[in-house]
Order: sequence, then C-alpha cells, then structure tokens
Amino acid sequence: MINKFWLFFIFVGILVAAATGNMGKLTQVILDSAQRGVNLSLGLVAVLTFWLGMMKILEKSGLSALLVKALGPLAKFLFPSVPRDHPAMSSILMTMSADMLGMGSAATPIGLKAMKQLQELNPDKETASPAMCTFLAMNTSSITLIPTTIIALRAASGSLNPAMIIPTALVATCSSFTAALCLDRLFRYLHTRREKND
Amino acid sequence: MIEIMNTVSAWAIPVLVVVVVAYAAWKRVPVFETFVEGGKEGFAIAVDLIPYMVAILVGLGIFRESGAFDLLAKLLNPLTSLLGIPGEVLPLAIMRPISGNGALAIAAETMQRYGPDSLLGLIACTMQGSTDTTFYILTVYFGSVGVRNVRYSLKTGLLADITGFLVSVYVCKLVFG
Repeated sequence: MINKFWLFFIFVGILVAAATGNMGKLTQVILDSAQRGVNLSLGLVAVLTFWLGMMKILEKSGLSALLVKALGPLAKFLFPSVPRDHPAMSSILMTMSADMLGMGSAATPIGLKAMKQLQELNPDKETASPAMCTFLAMNTSSITLIPTTIIALRAASGSLNPAMIIPTALVATCSSFTAALCLDRLFRYLHTRREKND
Repeated sequence: MIEIMNTVSAWAIPVLVVVVVAYAAWKRVPVFETFVEGGKEGFAIAVDLIPYMVAILVGLGIFRESGAFDLLAKLLNPLTSLLGIPGEVLPLAIMRPISGNGALAIAAETMQRYGPDSLLGLIACTMQGSTDTTFYILTVYFGSVGVRNVRYSLKTGLLADITGFLVSVYVCKLVFG
C-alpha cells in the first residue's frame, strides 16, 4: 500500500512537472527534502531518549502494573469472551497502557503477544475472533493520553508551546476510540446475524 | 476555555515526570541508572527513522513542487470545503492510516511550511496524535498469528480514523481558530 502511495507521488509529480515546466527545480527539491528528512529524524534523538528513559522508570517502579490493575474493569467489559485470569488480559491491558502514553513502538511487541494469546482462545485459526476484532479496533484507533512523538516533533520544529495540542488530541482520540468500539459492536452484531442466516 | 487548555498543556508533562520519578524513588528504584538504561535506545530509533523521513519528504517534495498537489487539492476542493476541512491537511488524512512514519513526516512538513503553532500545524498535530496506523496494525497483528479473514476489522478501523480526522479539524477550529 505504502509502495503504491510513494510511486504515485513520484510518478505523478514528475509527469506534472514535465507538463507545467517545473522540471528545472526538481533536482534541488530532491536534495533539500532529503536533507530535511535527516535533520528532522536526528532532531528527535533528544526527546526519544528522554521518554524511553522515563518509560523504563515507569516499568521498573511497578507504576505500569498499577495502571493495568486500574484498567481491569474496563477490559472485562470490552472483552467478555476472555477469562479474567487468562494471560491475554494482562497483555491487552499493557498494550492499552503503552498506547495511552503514546509509545507506539513499545505497544507493538506487547500487542503481538496479546494476539498470540487470543489466537489460543480462537476456535477457527484462520478467521478473526470477536475478541481479536475488538482488540484491533482498540489498537488502530489507539487512545493516546500524551502523544509524545508529535510533541517531540513540534518542539523540534520550533513551536513556542509544543504541548498545546494535548487537549485537542485528547478530544479527537476519545472520539475515534469511542467510534471504533461502537462500530466494532455494531459490525459484530450485523456479521453474526448474517453468518447465522447463511 | 483556551486558558484552561493552556494551563492543562503546560502542567501535563512536568507533573507526569515528577509523579513517575517520585513514585519510583519511593519504591527504591535507582532512578538515574534506570533512566539511562531506557534512554539508550533513543538514538537507534531516531536513526531508523531517517530512511522513512527521507523517502517521504522527497516523494512529497516532488509531488508538491511539481504543482501536482495543487491540482489534487483543486480536484478535491468541493468535497473538503463542503465538510469544512482545509485542503492542506488532506494529504496527512490520506497518509495517516497507511504509514505512521510517513504521516509523521507529512506532519513535520506541514509544520515547516505553515509553522507549528499555526491553525494548520495544530490540526495536523492533533490528527497525528489522535489515531494509529490502521493498515500497518492490521497487517502486522493478524499476519503474526496467521489469521487470513479479518472480517469487519478494516471497515471499523478506517471509519474510526475518519471520525478522528473530522473531530480534529472541528475541535482545532473551535479552540485555536
């Protein structure tokens, strides 16, 4: 998918440049853009180092385990088919906590573990179980309390108040998260009904 | 409203930091050593980002400077203006479900072009912070356990993304506009 996207940008861009006579500046644009890509990435080193350090403290102090405990009732409501003491539950909650802190790269490894554990509970190994669909809905819409990466990028871009977007992002993330969970329930109901009628 | 939001955003991170460190110290965690241990990965992650950033910024640079982007924005203008979405944030909305690093690069580009504290920059950042990369997560998560039939998952993910984008635009217009 990303391949097609990139190809489209370059191919259409060069075609349009040929048609509009903008070809002359393209070489410089390519070099400048590459340089900006490197500068932006390296600009993130400082904040990434800081937040990964904080995450480690969070983990070692047991605060992240407390977070898991606090979210327990919510998880029970979202995943009725998963037994409370099943290891999948704690993996699901750890993924949720990492998502909340905007730590996408930390969430993925734990999320994959949760999928493996959900697969053990899944009767049809080739078809997604309802619990998996809910877990994926949760992850793709990803509720984020503090979007750390984007705040870092704002700081690197010279923002006067990098954290200014926390409240608006919170409203947006809660909306998409709620929409994902409602749609998941709705589609689950519609699909189950259709599959029964077949 | 704006004052409350400014206060919340100014206090959020310092408070989080002090709570995490104080709690860890109370639990007798060696905070300094632990921090250093965790922070070590930071450089590697940033370096891993370089090829993504370069690829996307070059692709977008070509697309934008050639005049192709203006053409696309003009074509989509009736739809976006009907919904009250600024055409400038459309590429980000399209990229967000496809590639996380790609979308991050577009958000960076938007900020460089219009300023991080401009309305467009703020909308872009809010969008970026509001959802995750739907296609990537579906592929990796289901792929890792061999599930082929993802049922209604893609539909759910994309509709939730659209909800997040529309809310991002409207909330930013309301608060910062």
